[in-house]
Amino acid sequence: MSKGILGRKVGMTQVFDRESGRVTPVTVIEAGPCNVLQIKTVEKDGYSAIQLGFLDKKRPAKDRRSRPSQASRAERGHVANIKSKRQERLAKSGGQLAPKANCEPKKLIRELRCDASAFQVGQEIKADILSGATAVDVIGYTRGRGYSGVMKRHGFSGQRATHGVKKCHRHLGSTASHASWRGGGRTKKGKRLPGQYGNERVTMRNLKLVRIDVDSNLLLVQGAIPGPRGGFVVVRETNKKG
Amino acid sequence: MSQEILKKVAESSLKSEVPQFAIGDTVDVHCLILEGQKSRTQIFSGVVIARSGSGVKETFTVRRIVAGEGVERKFPIHSPKISKVEVKRSSEVRRAKLYFLRDRTGKAVRLRERRDAAEKA
Repeated sequence: MSKGILGRKVGMTQVFDRESGRVTPVTVIEAGPCNVLQIKTVEKDGYSAIQLGFLDKKRPAKDRRSRPSQASRAERGHVANIKSKRQERLAKSGGQLAPKANCEPKKLIRELRCDASAFQVGQEIKADILSGATAVDVIGYTRGRGYSGVMKRHGFSGQRATHGVKKCHRHLGSTASHASWRGGGRTKKGKRLPGQYGNERVTMRNLKLVRIDVDSNLLLVQGAIPGPRGGFVVVRETNKKG
Repeated sequence: MSQEILKKVAESSLKSEVPQFAIGDTVDVHCLILEGQKSRTQIFSGVVIARSGSGVKETFTVRRIVAGEGVERKFPIHSPKISKVEVKRSSEVRRAKLYFLRDRTGKAVRLRERRDAAEKA
């Protein structure tokens, strides 16, 4: 199954292909290092996957109210053994404690479906996990544009600037008519209307992997990927065949 | 931070020796052309009328007159296909973009040769 890693979009630039001399537009992704935080197995969870964590979260400050965005006790307990009553009870009754990665709490945690038998909790994953892959899928969230009209969201043409159009220049036109193929007296389902645009999970498939730089944890992928600079992405070996 | 990373990535594509020339120079641009397995050099000569961009994205525009028709070609400075830029003649120009040459024909296209360059040669 597919190999993958978590990362952050750095931005776009261009590189020259040494052989053909052609310019390749590339997106630079800062990928990893990630820690394996948990392993899901078929016996226990019904499916096989690894849970990866990327970038350290800040530890809670003494004055909690002033810095609310830091790791909670639950988040810390997920990555390391911290003393708790539940743990003591479990140990007393002879229950098995889940293995911990013993790392800092992570900002981004995502699961990757794969054959988990090759991984261990706490293992560090670097960009070289994708070496050997020629193409990747990149999953990210597009820029959120809020509640947008049909011109921006669907590329409608709007209405005329003059000829008696009143305060409807950016509106959509008619949504239905009595003709059966136009809805037969009611608006057809799936009619494109204004609404939330962006901030949507998008997978860009089969992007050419131009370069892997393990020392500086960078991946160079040909073309654009969703999201703003600094946005989190999941990069995995493509599942597209051929 | 992210800009520094991008710069570092782009640096890997930069040439170690950047060809030296100025706006208004008449140059011979040696470009490698791949024909199947063989590669050969083609020379495009003309006047450098503009230089734009920075870093890997930097390009220059060369203008020449072919059979009475103006031809402009834009080259990326750091392209591995540009093997050499030879300066044949330097001219005295007072602006960075010589787009005014596009409106001129015949004798008016000529630029005054730069004194210091002429003396050196």
